[in-house]
Amino acid sequence: MSRLGAITEKIRSKNAGPFWLTIDIFCGNSDVFSQVSAGLETTRVARLYATDPKLMKRFDIADLNVVKFSFPRPVTQGSRTDRDMHGAGWAVLLEELELA
Amino acid sequence: MAKARVLIPNGALGLGFDPAALARGVAASPDIIAVDGGSTDSGPSYLGRGVSKYSRAATKAEWRQLMLARAEAGVPLVIGTAGTCGADSAVDWLFDITRELAVELAQQLKVTRLYCGQSPGGVAGALGAGRLTALPGAPEISDESVRNCTNIVALAGVEQIGAALNTGADIVIAGRTTDTAIIAALPIMRGCHAGAAWHGAKVGECGAIATTQPASGSIQIDFDETGFTFTPLGAATRATPYTVSAHMLYENTDPFILHEPGGHLDVTAARYVALDAKRVRVEGAAWVPGPYTVKLEGARITGYQAVSLTLLRDRRYVENAADWAADITRRSQEKTQSRTGLGPTDYAIELRLIGLNATLGALESQAGRPAEIGVLAIATAPTEALASEISKILNPYLLHHALTDDEPMPTFAFPFSPAEMPRGALYEFALNHVMALDDPMAAFRLQTDEVGHE
Repeated sequence: MSRLGAITEKIRSKNAGPFWLTIDIFCGNSDVFSQVSAGLETTRVARLYATDPKLMKRFDIADLNVVKFSFPRPVTQGSRTDRDMHGAGWAVLLEELELA
Repeated sequence: MAKARVLIPNGALGLGFDPAALARGVAASPDIIAVDGGSTDSGPSYLGRGVSKYSRAATKAEWRQLMLARAEAGVPLVIGTAGTCGADSAVDWLFDITRELAVELAQQLKVTRLYCGQSPGGVAGALGAGRLTALPGAPEISDESVRNCTNIVALAGVEQIGAALNTGADIVIAGRTTDTAIIAALPIMRGCHAGAAWHGAKVGECGAIATTQPASGSIQIDFDETGFTFTPLGAATRATPYTVSAHMLYENTDPFILHEPGGHLDVTAARYVALDAKRVRVEGAAWVPGPYTVKLEGARITGYQAVSLTLLRDRRYVENAADWAADITRRSQEKTQSRTGLGPTDYAIELRLIGLNATLGALESQAGRPAEIGVLAIATAPTEALASEISKILNPYLLHHALTDDEPMPTFAFPFSPAEMPRGALYEFALNHVMALDDPMAAFRLQTDEVGHE
């Protein structure tokens, strides 16, 4: 078991426009990239953000050692129930995730 | 051979830059200076009200430096998405600042404003005529929801920026544009490789973020007929194939495809090569033409808010804060309905517990043991007066509500008097659609003026 935030270089979440969120996992090297790419299931990430896995886009980019997820924002940016205008706080959920 | 050198002072006006890096860029004889002025990233209120997020004084100080750099370089200075949101009023706000500076700096200038504002009635007409298409994740819209927008802008592309530059302007103040259009426009007008123009523009739109030293701000991109060369301008700043290619990830749902007016960029086949320790050469991106559409952004008022902040420090209350807040919410809901006559769905009361789960809400998975909890009480109602009323109905509970009936009355900490703080209107983003245009300029207007020292 290893915490995703401890083995990767950086995990960044950010709005991609008001209606989408995108999360970049910078793995730092190809070993960690392989570990994250193989070990992190899309359905698990969808569950973490309470979002529909069918709407989740995933990119495993070996050239950059990056795994990227994009999905509709849990709540639209700036709407009454939004808690995080820039969407940067959501990254911690992945940082704190234990990779099996 | 077609060429264009674009100097990008920083990722957005207001973020600051290293003056030495900017001076290096000016000394290298750029063909244009292009800077971004905003985005949707700070939320719907700026677009809804048509105002800038940044201080006027700070904006003026930074714009002064860019106007001086422009005069020294003797080339056009163009800003996109002026005044954070790019609404017509925000364009005029920056135009006023420009006019003041022109007099103060004794510059005589031709300034062209590119207006991107759309009349809500006109957009509702386009919706009725079937010219609007929803993008993924778009909200449901109707004739009424479109007409209720306080501001709607269309995102200009290279065609509209090109038309503004063709007025012979020294300075172009553009309303809402795509982040990339202000950088890609001149290279495309000159016949540089279109894929490279859009790709370089995307990599450069945040200034030095695509380098080893993001705070240095300024970068330079040389476009030509086969690709582009990315050069950071900070003395010790480096760009590498990694920093440049990784920037395609930034704020993009898809790191290989970028939609723009009139087509899309595909960087799947792009190759990134280090020219030396500092510079990166990129070739291989493709521009794929498509129907001419422009993206729309709109904001409308959905209510009015008042907030208050209460601090819990007592250990027992900190440990039972969620139950305490739920009980207060229930009691003040009842009281709001009986005292104001509002129905249960006409308003909202929400107590967010700062220190417990205010950032993530129900998604929070960590159970901490905070020393204190901030209770952010948010009242949302159809009018400003009612939002304030609900905030005042909440107040006695937030001040004195006890966990049980059998204990002395507690009193909690309030940092402010008055306790309630009106927040004004709550805006929401109401559009995520593209609009088809027969002529790229059909939804845009140009205004050219001579300003400055006589």
